[in-house]
Amino acid sequence: MWVVLLTDFFLYLLLAGVALYVGFVLRTPHLRHAWRSVMTRRGGAVSVVVLGFFAAIAVLDSVHFHPRLEQPGTQVAYSNEILSVFDVLVGPLRTQVERTYSAPFAYHAHSKETRETPEGRVRVYPRLEFGGAHLANPEQDRSRDIALRVLRGMLLGAGVWGILALGLWQLRRWRGRTPRAPEEAAIPWRSVAVTMLLILMLIGVVTQLAGAYHVFGTDKVGEDVLYQTLKSIRTGVLIGTLTTLIMLPFAIALGITAGYYRGWVDDLIQYIYITLNSIPGVLLIAAAILSLHVYLSAHAEAYASLAERADLRLLFLCMILGLTSWTGLCRLLRGESLKLREHEYIQAAVAFGVSGPRILLRHILPNVMHIVLITVVLDFSGLVLAEAVLSYVDIGVDPSMNSWGNMINSARLEMSREPPVWWSLMASFVFMFALVLFANLLSDAVRDAFDPRVKR
Amino acid sequence: MTAYIIRRMLYAIPILIGVNLLTFTLFFVVNSPDEVARLHLGDKYTTPEQVAAWKQEHGYDKPLLYNPDAAGLDRLADTIFYTKSVRLFVFDFGNSDSGRNIGHDIRQRMWPSLAIAVPSLLLGLLLNATLALMLAFFRASYLDVGGVVLCVVLMSISSLFYIIGGQYLVGKLLQLVPISGYDTGFEAAKFLVLPVIISVIYGIGSGTRWYRTLFLEEISKDYVRTARAKGLSEQWVLFRHVLRNALIPILTGVVVILPLLFMGSLITESFFGIPGLGSYTIDAIQRQDFSIVRAMVFLGTVLYILGLLLTDISYTLADPRIRLR
Repeated sequence: MWVVLLTDFFLYLLLAGVALYVGFVLRTPHLRHAWRSVMTRRGGAVSVVVLGFFAAIAVLDSVHFHPRLEQPGTQVAYSNEILSVFDVLVGPLRTQVERTYSAPFAYHAHSKETRETPEGRVRVYPRLEFGGAHLANPEQDRSRDIALRVLRGMLLGAGVWGILALGLWQLRRWRGRTPRAPEEAAIPWRSVAVTMLLILMLIGVVTQLAGAYHVFGTDKVGEDVLYQTLKSIRTGVLIGTLTTLIMLPFAIALGITAGYYRGWVDDLIQYIYITLNSIPGVLLIAAAILSLHVYLSAHAEAYASLAERADLRLLFLCMILGLTSWTGLCRLLRGESLKLREHEYIQAAVAFGVSGPRILLRHILPNVMHIVLITVVLDFSGLVLAEAVLSYVDIGVDPSMNSWGNMINSARLEMSREPPVWWSLMASFVFMFALVLFANLLSDAVRDAFDPRVKR
Repeated sequence: MTAYIIRRMLYAIPILIGVNLLTFTLFFVVNSPDEVARLHLGDKYTTPEQVAAWKQEHGYDKPLLYNPDAAGLDRLADTIFYTKSVRLFVFDFGNSDSGRNIGHDIRQRMWPSLAIAVPSLLLGLLLNATLALMLAFFRASYLDVGGVVLCVVLMSISSLFYIIGGQYLVGKLLQLVPISGYDTGFEAAKFLVLPVIISVIYGIGSGTRWYRTLFLEEISKDYVRTARAKGLSEQWVLFRHVLRNALIPILTGVVVILPLLFMGSLITESFFGIPGLGSYTIDAIQRQDFSIVRAMVFLGTVLYILGLLLTDISYTLADPRIRLR
């Protein structure tokens, strides 16, 4: 039985919006040219590929359903639990839960336990239930087994890549080469191909290893850390995108209205955003989330499940983050439309008797879209980073939700154990760093391509 | 100038009123004091008497906006809005939900915050400007490209990892300084070294990149070309001309955050156990102490507005072409 959570709905909406925008770009020559120049930069092209994989995981993880319960008889019953398509795809990662901490690739637990044996009590490292369980003699066989699996995974990834590349090449040949305009630079296909190959090989290796080992170890309650960090991708991507999606209508509408109409409208809108902007962001978020806490605990019975409540909190967090971050964009748009309204073509439109709202939509809005685009891409990485900090302060996403902030928060005290439990931090660091780094690279490329002030 | 400052301060009043109304709405209208009381007393099994007692103890047992039972001006004054929100304007923060005087706590806790924030700011400024000047000097070379890439990499790491990594490396593995804590007087220095260094390193990525852009912007201007045409050496041009002019946006960017230094850094202070205003705020958020959060929101707003005013003034001091009217 399919379920659409609130954030899922907004993500679908966003996807539809992106699809429309892509269609629009393909039909509009100057946008096409600008996006092409994003892709001709190596950083831009590579980060589009990498972010594509992140986005794919986030989308797969956003298709939710109640799984059907295995029951004898004709009656169909559904579990109360909400799973996503992604959960099904990674199957064993979710279900192979150990008892407590274990290191990456370990076949025994992290700490010793007392066992009763015929010779008396001994302190031993107990074998894990799933990690390395297929090995009869783990001390000798483990490295060979891992090496074999890595090799097999790499071959698998390369194989998939080969089929994909061959298919695309055939498609290109079959469609015929469209001659490139001489002034346009070439898209660095070789970098794109190498990136694809690396990612596919990585995925291959991880799929080969993850069934038999815990690649990033397990956490306090024995959950696979790789699974947690993969699930956190959805949270990070949602916070980075939904926040801007929610704030955009306000920022655009208020910004260009203030700049175009001036007078008391401008004064009022400026007052609103200066007031909001004066409150330090973290404190405003804290104040709003605390109010939400009280509200949720007073109306606890209204939500069917924990997942739905966590989902509502995520959406609310996006709204609050949007509330604190729209002011910057609004100010930029106001300034730009103040400039634009003095141009001749606007004056001509006014002289022809075109109405105000129509001028805003037809003449001002298209000419400020590059600012909107740059801001959206630029904000993404900051929002992903902000989530981690906010979750650390307890004003981020729900503690039951998988997110990098929650992972760091629960793992940071474990660094003082002896030996330290470092893998949760490591996993969240690697994934978060990759997402933010490539988002930063993309935003650089987008800014260079769309900002008229950047000299090329 | 004086007239300008006075007018700017008058502008601040409606903004502060707006902020005040907003926080009042968030804390008292969205959630009634009854619900807050229940949250503090534990969700279930609270009797109405307990709720009433809690409200009376913390001064929430008044009507929100208008008190029909009182006489004269007290009709407006003997309300939650007046006692909790209007009093903020005279910096009377009242007592926290755990009964301590907030104003006293703030005066005591701002010093540790400043002890971290001021050195990090100064060191960061110096280091970032030096690095950025170096990148600008070797612009478009491999050093420059590599430096910018490194900046982007540094920017992409969450502040949490800098702190956790620094604490683990310096505090636990090398055991050079204590991991966390605080002391009075000069003894505090050993607790401050690590947080300051980590704050500076965290700022390198974005700071150096931003300053480099500013330097490059200045370098492409006409007066630089004139200076080169006069036969001045590149070092002379950079230090005498470019640095001085690029310092205007750098310094004014610093001035706006000067007042906010009092507020401290939430994350750094709480990780290192430094009893500053940042950890004060975090503790309040985690204990859901609304009085403190409200006071800090108001204080933060006042300081931010002060920062904007100082920025405008510092523009005129740094750049004589700008006149304030």
